[in-house]
Amino acid sequence: MTAGRARQRQPQRKRMHLAVRFPGAGSATVWADPRAGSRTDFASFRHLAATAERGLFDFFLLSEGPRPREHKGRIHDLDAVGRPEPVTVLSALAAVTERIGLAAAVGTAFHEPYELARRLASLDHLSGGRAAWNVVTSSDDAFLGANFRRGGGLDRADPYARAGEFVATARELWDSWTPGGVPRPFAHHGRHFSVSGTFDVARGPQGRPVVIQAGDSGEEREFAASAADVILTGHGSLEAGQALYADVKGRLAAYGRRPEELKVMQGVTFVLGDTDAEAQENAAEIRKQQVSPQKALFAAERVWGRDLSGHDPDGPLPTVDPDPAVADSLAVAARWRAVAEAKGLSLRQTVIEVTGRQSFIGAPASVAAQLDEYVTAGAADGFVLVPHLVPGGLDEFADRVVPLLQERGAFRTEYAGATLREHLGLPLPVWKG
Amino acid sequence: MPAPIRPLHLAVSIDRPGVRDAESYVRAARLAERGRLDFVTLGDTLGPPRRGESRLDALAVLARVAPATRRIGLVPTVTTTHTEPFHVADAVSTLDQVSNGRAGWTAEVSATEAEARHFGRRAPAPADALWREAAAVADVAARLWDSWEDDAEIRDAATGRFIDRDKLHRVDFEGPGWSVRGPSAAPRPPQGRPVTAVDATRLPPREAAARHADVIYLRTGPTPAPGAVRAARDDLHARMRALGRDPGRVVFLASLPVALYAAADAVALADLAGSWWADGVVDGFHFRPRDPDRDLALLVDGTVPVLQHRGLLRSFYPGGTLREHLCLPRPANRYATAATAGRTA
Repeated sequence: MTAGRARQRQPQRKRMHLAVRFPGAGSATVWADPRAGSRTDFASFRHLAATAERGLFDFFLLSEGPRPREHKGRIHDLDAVGRPEPVTVLSALAAVTERIGLAAAVGTAFHEPYELARRLASLDHLSGGRAAWNVVTSSDDAFLGANFRRGGGLDRADPYARAGEFVATARELWDSWTPGGVPRPFAHHGRHFSVSGTFDVARGPQGRPVVIQAGDSGEEREFAASAADVILTGHGSLEAGQALYADVKGRLAAYGRRPEELKVMQGVTFVLGDTDAEAQENAAEIRKQQVSPQKALFAAERVWGRDLSGHDPDGPLPTVDPDPAVADSLAVAARWRAVAEAKGLSLRQTVIEVTGRQSFIGAPASVAAQLDEYVTAGAADGFVLVPHLVPGGLDEFADRVVPLLQERGAFRTEYAGATLREHLGLPLPVWKG
Repeated sequence: MPAPIRPLHLAVSIDRPGVRDAESYVRAARLAERGRLDFVTLGDTLGPPRRGESRLDALAVLARVAPATRRIGLVPTVTTTHTEPFHVADAVSTLDQVSNGRAGWTAEVSATEAEARHFGRRAPAPADALWREAAAVADVAARLWDSWEDDAEIRDAATGRFIDRDKLHRVDFEGPGWSVRGPSAAPRPPQGRPVTAVDATRLPPREAAARHADVIYLRTGPTPAPGAVRAARDDLHARMRALGRDPGRVVFLASLPVALYAAADAVALADLAGSWWADGVVDGFHFRPRDPDRDLALLVDGTVPVLQHRGLLRSFYPGGTLREHLCLPRPANRYATAATAGRTA
C-alpha cells in the first residue's frame, strides 16, 4: 500500500478496473469441493462482496438465476442452479459494504422499464450511488417465456431493438427528475414501450446507475457504444483484445462520446499457485473438478444429439456418428476426434481439452504481469474475474495479486470516490431535462 | 415473566414519505426491534409521487434493512397488477433469504389510470378483477416457493448431481390471462413460504385474504370503534370456514393511525390494545404513526413496556423467523410426496 501511495505522485500510468462476478450455474463452477460453500445463503454473497471490497474492486456483479435447463425432457441435474433475485441481494449487500459497486445482470425480455428502472434507482439511493445494471438480452425467449405474462415469441430478427428501447426508456425515467429534486412528467412512445406519467424516484447520487453491456458481436458493440458505460467482453489473445478494444472505442465518436466514456472489461478466470508450475497443476485439477464424468457425458450428448448414458466417460469418444440434425454436430465431433486421436485422450479428457481453459494461470506475480500487459497494451481497461469457488474464490487474489498490481502502479491503492461512476472514472451524466 | 398463552402481536409502519437515505429506515426498524415488535411494514405503490415526494421500492429498502437488524420481521407492500407474478415470488423469496426467514409481503393492487400508463400494457380494471388476479399471484407465489423441496440441493459428488431433479417441480399454473411453468429460480426460502398479508378492510380483497393471507389488516379511523373491525373479521372467518381454512391460523391485526404526543397517550394506546385484545376483537395491532420519529419512540418506550408489564406482550423474541413471531407453523411442501420423502429416508 505504502509503495503504491508513493507512486501516486509519479506521472499517472494507466490503472486497471477490477470486478468480480458471482459464478454461474454452469461449467466454470466447482461445487464438489470441501471449500465450496452455499450458493444461496446471504453469508456467501457477503463474503465474496467483502473480499472484493477489501481488494478495492470497482464492482460486484450478480446475475438473475436461469430457469433450470432441461435435457432429454427432464430438469438437468448437474448444474449448480438456485439463485436468489439479484437486485434484492444487492440491496442487502449495500448494508454490509461501503464502497464497492453493486451490479445486477437483469434481462430486458421479461421486465418492464418503469418497474426495473425504479428498483435500480432505489438501489442507487440505498447504496449511496453504487448501482449498476448489466443489460441482458435473452437468447432463449420461448423457454424463459413460459414463466411470464408475455410468454415467448419476441421478435427474433432484432433482439436488440427491445433492449435498446428499454435502456433508452429507463434513462428517460432516471432523467425525469431535476437535479434539484423536482419530478417532471415523462412520455415514451416507441415500438416496444408506450409509457407516460411521473416517475417516483428522485435522481440518484450517480445521476443514473451505471449501464453495462455484455457481448462481442457487432450488434453488441454498437449497442454498447451508443448506450453503455462498460462493455463486458470475452477473453482471447492479446492481439484479439487489442483489435476489439480499438474497434469498440472507435465506435464512440459517432455518438458524440469520448473513448474514456466506455470501459472495456474482459470476463476472465484465473488460477494461482506459489509457482507458475504449481498454478498449472492447480488449473488442471480445477478443470477435472469442473468437468465431472457426468458433465463430460452430458457435453458429448449435446454434440452427438444421442443418449450416451451407457458410455464410459473414461473410455474413447463414441464411435457412432452424431445426429446430423444437430447443428454443427458433425464438424464439432470431427474436431473432438482429431484432438482425442492426436493426444490419446479419453472422452472426459477431450471435453476438458476443448472447453473453457482458464484465462490467467500463474504465480501471483505472473498473473499480475499478464493482467497489466493486457491493459497497458490497449487490450482492455480492466477485468471481471469469475472465481470457480464460492465464497472464498477471490480471497487469494485479493491478498496476493492486488498488492502486486498496486506495487506496479497498475491498480488503485484506495477508493478515491464514493460512487461507482467515480471508481470507473466516468463523468457524472449531464442532466438534459 | 411467563410468555402469554395467546400472545398479542404488534407491527408498525415505518413509512417515511420523501425520505431516501437508508439510515432513517434502519433506525426505525431497529427501534421497533428494540420494542420486540413482530414486524415492520413499508407501503408502496407504482403510482406517481405524492406531493412531489420521492419514494423508494419498499422491498429494496427492507432488503437494505435486513442485515442491519436481527429478529424483526420485514413486510413490504408488493403490487401484483403490473409486476410479473414470477418476479413477485422471486423478490419476496429473496427478501426471506437475505433476512434469514423474516420476510413477508402485503399484497396490493394497482387500480389507477396513472399506474396503468406507467406500464402501458393494460387498461385499468375494476378492483374485484384486480383482486381475483392478486389471489392468483399469491397462489402461484406459494407454489413457486414450494417448487423446490427443502432438500432438493444434494451435491452428490459420486453421481455428479447438484440437485435431485425429482425434488424440483413445475407449477404449471394458469392465472387470468397468464401462466407460469416453474420451477422457481431460487430454492425454497427459509420460512418455506414467506408471510402473506392483505389489507381486507374493504370488500374486494376479502376473498383473496380468506384464501391466501397469513396476516389480515383491518383498518380503523383515528377514533377506533371495535364494531366495524369485528364485523369484518366475522365475515372473513365465515369465508375461511367455507374454504376449509382454520381462521385460528390467521393473524388478525387492527390497523390504527396513531399520533402520540406524551407518555399519557402511550399508556392510553396500551389500554385500548389491551381491552380489544381481551375482548377477542383482534390478535394484535398494526400501528401507523403520523410522525414516524416521535410516535415510534413513544410506542416503543411507552406503550410496549406497559403491555409487557401487564403480561400481554413478550419481552424477548423466542424465535428467529417471522412465522415464529406470529406463532404460524412452517408450511409443509405441497409437492413433497411420500415417494420422495421415503426415498431419502
